[in-house]
Amino acid sequence: MRIKLKVNGKTVEAEVAPRISLADFLRDTLRLTGTHLGCEHGVCGACTVIVDGAAVRACLMLAVQAHGEQIVTVEGLSNDDALSPLQACFRKHHALQCGFCTPGMITTAHALLTEEPDADADRVREVLSGNICRCTGYIPIIEAVLEARAHYADQDAPP
Amino acid sequence: MKPRNLLIGSPMERVEDFRFLRGDGRFVADVNLEGQLHAVIARSAVAHGRIRAIHTGDARAMAGVRAVITARDLGRPVPVIPLRLQPLAELAPFRQPMLAHGKVRFVGEPLAVIVADSPQIAEDALDRIGADIEPLPAIVDREHAEAGETVLFEDHGSNVAIRWTAVRGDAGRAFANAQYVRKETFRIQRHAALFLEPRGFVAQWDGRARKLTLWGAAKVAFANRKILAAAMGLAEQQIEMIEVDVGGGFGSRGEFYPEDFLIPFAARLLNRPVKWIEDRREHLMTANHARETECEIEIAATGDGRILGLRGRSWSDNGAYIRTNGSVAPRNVAQFMSGPYHIENIALSTTQLITNKTPAGTYRGPGRFEADFVRERLIDLMAKDLGLDRVEIRRRNLVRENQMPYPLATITPYESATELDGGDYRQLLDRCLEDFGWAEKVKLDGRLIDGRYHGIAIGCFIEGGGAGPSEDARIVLESDGTYSVYVGSAAVGQGIETIMAQIAGDALEAPFDRIRVRHGSTGDVAQGHGSYHSRATVMGGSAIVLAAEKLRDKLREVAARALGCEPGEVTLDSGTAKGPAGKSLALSELSEAPVEAEATYRGDKHTYAYGSLAAHVAVDVKTGHVEVIDVASIKDVGRIINPATLHGQAVGAIVQGLGGALLEHLVYDGDGQLLTGTLADYMVPSAGCFPVIRSTVVELIPSPNNPLGAKGGGEGEIIPVGGVIANAVAAALADFGVEPMELPLSPPRIWALIG
Repeated sequence: MRIKLKVNGKTVEAEVAPRISLADFLRDTLRLTGTHLGCEHGVCGACTVIVDGAAVRACLMLAVQAHGEQIVTVEGLSNDDALSPLQACFRKHHALQCGFCTPGMITTAHALLTEEPDADADRVREVLSGNICRCTGYIPIIEAVLEARAHYADQDAPP
Repeated sequence: MKPRNLLIGSPMERVEDFRFLRGDGRFVADVNLEGQLHAVIARSAVAHGRIRAIHTGDARAMAGVRAVITARDLGRPVPVIPLRLQPLAELAPFRQPMLAHGKVRFVGEPLAVIVADSPQIAEDALDRIGADIEPLPAIVDREHAEAGETVLFEDHGSNVAIRWTAVRGDAGRAFANAQYVRKETFRIQRHAALFLEPRGFVAQWDGRARKLTLWGAAKVAFANRKILAAAMGLAEQQIEMIEVDVGGGFGSRGEFYPEDFLIPFAARLLNRPVKWIEDRREHLMTANHARETECEIEIAATGDGRILGLRGRSWSDNGAYIRTNGSVAPRNVAQFMSGPYHIENIALSTTQLITNKTPAGTYRGPGRFEADFVRERLIDLMAKDLGLDRVEIRRRNLVRENQMPYPLATITPYESATELDGGDYRQLLDRCLEDFGWAEKVKLDGRLIDGRYHGIAIGCFIEGGGAGPSEDARIVLESDGTYSVYVGSAAVGQGIETIMAQIAGDALEAPFDRIRVRHGSTGDVAQGHGSYHSRATVMGGSAIVLAAEKLRDKLREVAARALGCEPGEVTLDSGTAKGPAGKSLALSELSEAPVEAEATYRGDKHTYAYGSLAAHVAVDVKTGHVEVIDVASIKDVGRIINPATLHGQAVGAIVQGLGGALLEHLVYDGDGQLLTGTLADYMVPSAGCFPVIRSTVVELIPSPNNPLGAKGGGEGEIIPVGGVIANAVAAALADFGVEPMELPLSPPRIWALIG
């Protein structure tokens, strides 16, 4: 099937088999390998991407369902040569170790703070509880996201 | 080396983070080669059975399927996975074949490899494999394993693989004369490391050069290269193992599994690159499980609470085969049952039982988590029985500084003596009490507040680190003035590129940004022993210190020639060589060719980080939920390289331990079917579970066993968690007479305990 969508601001047109998940399409066809697959059954959250503003599991969505949508992946949240404020907060708080869950954490937190820049600690924990991290124990991740709130409150939607 | 420098001890932000945060990490699933094929593994759906036939014709006939490989295609004898650690002859019968033949012994055991043009075709072909297996009774518990009416290995004739014993002093006499004796049975449930990135490989065979390249190495690339070379009939030099980014290890990832052989084998057979990425169900069924142990242990003490002895038996459910490090946890349960306490008389054994479950291996704090649960529970029970304070009883029994080095019980049959290397155990117990606020919190013990019962507990632990025999490092001063540091240690997500650069920077007296660390791949250094047993910083870091000293000697010689003086007259200063009479030149101008030095650090004396951990829980007896309100821990690692990454290890370990204490359980039914094959069934901690973890790491007493003075610190805080949480629950539910003897403390278990 032929699909047309926007990925990280660029229009993409491709022929995809109906069975291909959005995650496989992003990773294998577009080579956007920042979207990680940790379980392929929608639990771990490593494959989270932003679809029209909402955090979505790319392993549970078919590529053909993304036709006409605007997709943002972790690559689309990165500047050319510097870390975004959210990414810099993650680094400052040592909110990552192996880095495998990190793209899903970044996309989920970005979607949350874009909608709710004043989310409190409980809200951040609640939203991020859909993303498994096996290394950090989550505490530095929550700290990083809470500190990043200031950057989202200041502007409309920072990268 | 100077005791304190610029980089060591600084909480530097990690160099790894830049790529990970931007989605630029390169994990094995991100490796793609031109013309690659895709493999999937057909696995046994039967826990125990005789293979009558594996029908592969329908799968082979599918368009796009390039090969279906069964044991028959591997030649005779079918290669097996050797034991990397404790390679005893009596364990040889239990080694896992690369593909099942004759019998299957656990659900998930590999039967065949399907290689196809795409992963989708390969997965479709999986449905066309017909496995004709005559089922046999499945052995899934200790009772049936020991009874031996059904055995997994008929030639061996029993499901008992081996019995480890730990002995010190004369336990018989100590128990005969003791004023206090208590015996209890404890059970620790099967759970697993569950690193988040699935395992995977990309293998490429270069037929002309007869060279194999394998992406996806982790933890122990050099050891695995040796195993792979033997299994494939190649020389080690014909194989290059490449470590790309690794999404967590915790003991389980990077050990040699069947796929470590099957994927390269397929690549050579088809002369095409072959890629395989594990899915989560496969992971839960086939990557090493851990921890399942039953312990019948007796403690002896004087009436005033001095522990005189420990004796008893443990049984570890090893699963169907003994894999590379399958004996580590069982032996550790015996040797580390005494933990940080001075216990003169010990007679403990662990029997390794073979059952129809996924084979077991190490998981962070192997055997120590299990042993600490048992010992710390026994100490609290004893305090209660004797009417003594549970803190005082611990303080009284901790090994004292003047007893160091303190030898632990001797383990047989694979004897390895080890001794605690030093520390002030009592000081950290006191500091933990203070950090936790014990004096105030103890008033909450057993109290019902807003419908929940509160309880607190504290425990003490040791962490083994710095396993030998050696580690290699090589440092190259490149012509642009930067240093390339190569080390045999492996990255499993712990941030060694940063830590090793800090060590190298101080040893070379060079700025951080001039150092690039490369690690883990077999082309980098002559030999490497990797990352396990909290050894990377201790062993790899020490090797870097030695290599830096050698390189600086070399640079002085080269500079002396250029400056026309003696090497002894040259001083090296961040980027410059200075001679007498004010002559100097930039190191980058020293030589046209890069200058390099390689060194091996040897050491087989383990380091023992140590500390204490306290917890406060609230138990809702209606829902059975145990809320962890507060955890405080403290640990001494001798010398801290990066306090921020070390703190991250501590907090991460505690939360993993809480998962093991409260949530995680790999459940089997009576037929040997794994009932927890998804992350919706196997519960790991999530962001909302444990919001308050306070962890401190200090450098109080350096280890005498390495030039850095560092003690391995990647595992410690997971070790006491099971025992402390169980003791806190007992304290909370004292009114109900609850004494937990089994983990995890899940809601149904709490209900059952309350009765």
